[in-house]
Amino acid sequence: MNYLLLIYANEAEITGLSETALQKVVAEYADFTKSIVQSGNFKAADRLKAVSSASTVRVRNGKIAITDGPFAETREQLGGYYLIEAKNLDEATAIAARIPGARFGSIEVRPVWLPMT
Amino acid sequence: MLATLIRLLGDFDLAEEAQQEAFAAALEQWPLHGVPANPRAWLIGTGRNKAIDRIRRDILFRTKIAGELGASEAGVEALDAADEEIFGDDRLRLIFTCCHPALNQEAQIALTLREVCGLSTQAVARAFLTGEETMAQRLVRAKKKIRDAGIPYETPEPGVLEHRIEGVLAVVYGVFTEGYAATVGTQLIDVELCEEAIRLGRLLDTLLPDHAGVMGLLALMLLHDARRASRTSDSGDVVLLENQDRAQWNRNEISEGLALVDRSLSIRGQLSAYAVQAAIAALHVRAEDSGATDWPQIVGLYEVLLRLQPTPVVELNHAVAVSMVDGPARALDLIDSLTARGRVTQYHLLHAARGRLLQKLGRMNEAREAYRSALSTTMLEPERRFLAARIASIQGICEAPPVSG
Repeated sequence: MNYLLLIYANEAEITGLSETALQKVVAEYADFTKSIVQSGNFKAADRLKAVSSASTVRVRNGKIAITDGPFAETREQLGGYYLIEAKNLDEATAIAARIPGARFGSIEVRPVWLPMT
Repeated sequence: MLATLIRLLGDFDLAEEAQQEAFAAALEQWPLHGVPANPRAWLIGTGRNKAIDRIRRDILFRTKIAGELGASEAGVEALDAADEEIFGDDRLRLIFTCCHPALNQEAQIALTLREVCGLSTQAVARAFLTGEETMAQRLVRAKKKIRDAGIPYETPEPGVLEHRIEGVLAVVYGVFTEGYAATVGTQLIDVELCEEAIRLGRLLDTLLPDHAGVMGLLALMLLHDARRASRTSDSGDVVLLENQDRAQWNRNEISEGLALVDRSLSIRGQLSAYAVQAAIAALHVRAEDSGATDWPQIVGLYEVLLRLQPTPVVELNHAVAVSMVDGPARALDLIDSLTARGRVTQYHLLHAARGRLLQKLGRMNEAREAYRSALSTTMLEPERRFLAARIASIQGICEAPPVSG
């Protein structure tokens, strides 16, 4: 099964980190990504630009509305994702727990529908 | 047997239907051909085959499931040599699946009662005083979550098992406490729930022997359940511990419980909060009458429990024990400090405890107010009657003409 691991964290807390602390987290992410590539679970991943760069699109009654900001104001914001393949939820959550962001944010683990063939 | 079918078929509903069809087939065939040498293996094989036939007729499942089942043909032969361990393992898997942390607490309890204990949906709904339709929906959603999210039918790896066991024990404890003292309705005790919880505890003890937490919880349940007969009067009224007829206590449950507490506490490095609670219950049942209760030891045990489980409920029970050693005023201070921290305004037992302490201190108006708060926060009929009687007796004291001379 495929799972999308959505990495949520409070942006303000992250921008408050020192340069050394930030480097350390970046290195931890690099190590983590390498390990799940080696284990064969990795399918895709990206780090997202800050929520201040987000725009939201809604189409209602044929009219396109674009607004500044994320779809909703939340205490923790989406900062990145991993798409993984895992045997079951327990394997997926074990991988999610190893994401550096899990220590100070929240990782939502969402199963993905198999594509229609 | 259900647990094994769930493992083989990978689906609760499919397994339940397969089980029923297997039983029906047995009722037809065994009277004619005799009972097979290994009845359980026969039932499981039959159930599985009937399920396979149904699946083959279902296009959606054909490619996904049939391939997996083909691979486990050998599984049925292995079952011919079936022993308790295989079925025990499946039951353990089932328990851990129903109590998976990715399911919410209500779903865990409902699923465990339905799938592990075998209660009907109606019985589970009744136990929690929800409508049958609501409960059916809750079960449907839980099973859907298991399917959609890929919650596995597996016993957790040794590394995570200890953590996951806590969740299972919490479910069993939840079932027991609801049976021991209902939160709503006309009956204090739901005997069926207590018995199901104890049965689950015994099953866990068989499948996971010498586990401190499991033994501690089973001991706790047995020592509380032992007093069941004496806890309500014939008319269903609440009888307080100090007034319970100890001759009605179940001596078998008591000796089983006491042995389990000792064994649980003797396991080094695994102090279970359930075992500490059980040790407190043990002190109560060991006393010949309420006057002989070793309250100082009980206070000491509550202090140990507070370090493990610093919850308002434990704080309250600690305060009540303290009142028996240091008097009501000291206990009242503890309770008032608890309420000042603002976490427990709706807890009727806290108001009732305050009421009793205030009554002992002769502060009758305040006692009556406390009992009134308790009355307004409890939904259980026997408790309401009890509190109403207390209030009435205080009215009687307040309104009685002063004794002259």
